[in-house]
Amino acid sequence: MEMPVPNAAILGRKYQIVQRLQAVLPAEAVIFEPVETRAYECDALTAYRCPPMVAVLPTSTEQVAAVLKICFEEGVPVVPRGSGTSLAGGALPTADCVILGVSRLNRVLETDYDNRFIRVQSGRTNLSVTGAVEEMDFFYAPDPSSQLACAIAGNVAMNSGGAHCLKYGVTTNNLLGVTMVLMDGTVIELGGAHLDAAGLDLLGVVCGSEGQLGVVTEATLRILHKPEGARPVLMGFDTNEAAGACVSDIIKAGVLPVAIEFMDRPCIRATEAFAHAGYPDVEALLIIEVEGSGAEIDSQLAKIIAISAAHNPVEVRESKSPDESARIWAGRKAAFGAMGQINDYMCLDGTIPVTQLPFVLRRIGELSRQYGLDVGNVFHAGDGNMHPLILFDANKPGDLELCEAMGADILKLCVEVGGCLTGEHGVGVEKRDLMLTQYTAADIDAQLAVKDVFDPAWLLNPAKVFPLKTTETRRAA
Amino acid sequence: MIKPKDEIELAEAIAATNGPLRITGGGTRPLGNPVDGTVLDMTGLTGVHLYEPGALTLVVGAGTPLAEIDALLAGENQRLAFEPMDHRGLLGTKGASTIGGVVAANISGPRRIQSGACRDFLLGVRFVDGTGTILKNGGRVMKNVTGYDLVKLMAGSFGTLGAISEVSLKVLPVAETQAVVLLEGLEDQTAIAALSSALGSPFDVTGAAHFAAGLTIIRLEGFNDSVSYRAKALCAALSGFGACQIETDQSQASQLWQEVRDLKAFHDVPGDVWRISVKPSDGPEIGGRLRSLGGQVIYDWGGGLVRALLPEGTDARAHMTGLKGHARIERAPDSVKQQFGVFGSEGPVIDQIAAGLRAKFDPRGILNSGLMG
Repeated sequence: MEMPVPNAAILGRKYQIVQRLQAVLPAEAVIFEPVETRAYECDALTAYRCPPMVAVLPTSTEQVAAVLKICFEEGVPVVPRGSGTSLAGGALPTADCVILGVSRLNRVLETDYDNRFIRVQSGRTNLSVTGAVEEMDFFYAPDPSSQLACAIAGNVAMNSGGAHCLKYGVTTNNLLGVTMVLMDGTVIELGGAHLDAAGLDLLGVVCGSEGQLGVVTEATLRILHKPEGARPVLMGFDTNEAAGACVSDIIKAGVLPVAIEFMDRPCIRATEAFAHAGYPDVEALLIIEVEGSGAEIDSQLAKIIAISAAHNPVEVRESKSPDESARIWAGRKAAFGAMGQINDYMCLDGTIPVTQLPFVLRRIGELSRQYGLDVGNVFHAGDGNMHPLILFDANKPGDLELCEAMGADILKLCVEVGGCLTGEHGVGVEKRDLMLTQYTAADIDAQLAVKDVFDPAWLLNPAKVFPLKTTETRRAA
Repeated sequence: MIKPKDEIELAEAIAATNGPLRITGGGTRPLGNPVDGTVLDMTGLTGVHLYEPGALTLVVGAGTPLAEIDALLAGENQRLAFEPMDHRGLLGTKGASTIGGVVAANISGPRRIQSGACRDFLLGVRFVDGTGTILKNGGRVMKNVTGYDLVKLMAGSFGTLGAISEVSLKVLPVAETQAVVLLEGLEDQTAIAALSSALGSPFDVTGAAHFAAGLTIIRLEGFNDSVSYRAKALCAALSGFGACQIETDQSQASQLWQEVRDLKAFHDVPGDVWRISVKPSDGPEIGGRLRSLGGQVIYDWGGGLVRALLPEGTDARAHMTGLKGHARIERAPDSVKQQFGVFGSEGPVIDQIAAGLRAKFDPRGILNSGLMG
């Protein structure tokens, strides 16, 4: 992974910069000893590591503004970091950067059940947002797999999704407003507890901008009352085609499940060996969950099972109790861990049109044989967001590179069939160099123009999202 | 007038023009500040480029009439869930609204409170910027975080960043049935509290409106048995607000929501119309202030969308003191629009960012120049 050459002039001024940061932050909030900055050398894309020059841990919007103003004046690149759970390397440092960690900004600022929103500091974890409103039976809908650890700041930066976004939408559909600090230290408010933008939808473009337009310090999030209940049905199929066609028919029929999860045979077998969830040994497996009162759930599941009959499921297990539901979900939730037991793996995140599922799964199988690397597929089928897990051995020279080449081929395939490189993880550094397979140079330029307006000096997370050669002159200016 | 047949002609026309352009679709929504310039008529860019009912995806040329799209979707028992308002009655316009106009103005309706706005259903756009360059962003899949989300930026940019040539939308199935729970005789504040209660329930409310004349309506949609169960459960939950009625006649129910969506009570009645978005519990406050000026008010989105008919020349924005949100002129003579500005200022920093984006996408300032201020 190519990263920009660290700026020697900045490194030469390290202690002067540290002193200025210490003047606006408590001493323990400025981390600059190499032995300590190592803690920030990577996020969840652990294949790439680089300790930052400095890491800071502010506790207020004012402190964030003060830090950014100093970095702006010193011309120091800033890499914002939530909880460091990015699978795309969104928080990967450069050696000359300041990591701005928001993990200490973790307070709930306001909960308003009448108006159905919560305002939190952005370092708060996704799951603890729901935790803060659970006593009133409310929840925050986007639920990325890392929700126990991941921060709202990162969710906003990557426009995170989750298993339940088929019904409730992704972060951008549940984000009402932000407080954001621009690179020069200016604090702005976008949106709030009201709906729709007053003018241009700047909130819409900030969400998913991977920390390149500003540092979000507070977020106003839509909260919803929990449904009365939820229950899944598990179905096994002889072919991926049958399972894919079944998904399409369910969606078309007007039943809107909260989640439709898909696992293929390699993934089912790995999961069984690890979690013993009692899954059938089939080619493809669907877990479909619906919500409502007990009678509503029964009736929706009956409709789904009736639709599935046309696709000859070899196994149908309808949950009748919380215990049965937990067992159906146990394997799916353990899937990533199970694959990790077998070997190192790389998790992809391309999205495809649902109608292309059988073709894409077949092609992935062919690529797997061609590269000699095993692949398990587990993903959100309702919205076509695939997560192929490619297994490789990190200790075997050349295996990571082989795996990356195969990953790139799968993502190009996703784009070819009308999909995209990333559905919910973000581009980061991981998919940066594939951007030109999805967008023309002009399309990329239009996106760079947005960053030019928000961050004219190109100091915020500058080496991410776009191929380095497309941003070179801007970063050098 | 320029009327390109396709995206390439559109790009050539914009690149070749010297003067300002006024972009129009069906001409049913003359919203925004008055704009001078040669008319750029987008109604030649029609056609369904892709419709996959099983993937809930529709890709169409921006000039495609909305009515054609509605009919196409209805054939598969699907619809545009964001329920775009028809502005013709309110603005006294004729013609056929185009999907490009709907997207450019981010037009939504009562279901916005539950399922989202037009921008939330927009999966991708193709457009031509002010230099004549063809650009695309997003795509046709439900989940896409590849690069910046210019799709959201284009929705509601009123043609000031580019002329939209193609849109890709998520569509949803039509619900099997709907029911409306009605409450009568509630004061604004109590009515909005009732709507908050309904929206804060587990019963999946898809519309929550209040006519200041004292009629409060709540919509439930879905399968027959489920709607019938939820309507009864909701009535029980709202018993503290008085006795509910349940309207199950489908055409009666649809008509009620159409009246809210299209502001039927303000059609052909003189006066300016303002559209105000606030936190729902602030709705009755601004509604009350405007009613004391002689205005009439219709609340939607659980109280958060306040649409007011006001004596001509009233500046509703001046009465927002102490309230967060925004106010826009929907209908007024050009003189009033020019006096107050259809869109308010968002403060110097955000106004400067917006101006900066326009300067990047339209460096010559020729696309609907001044429409948003």
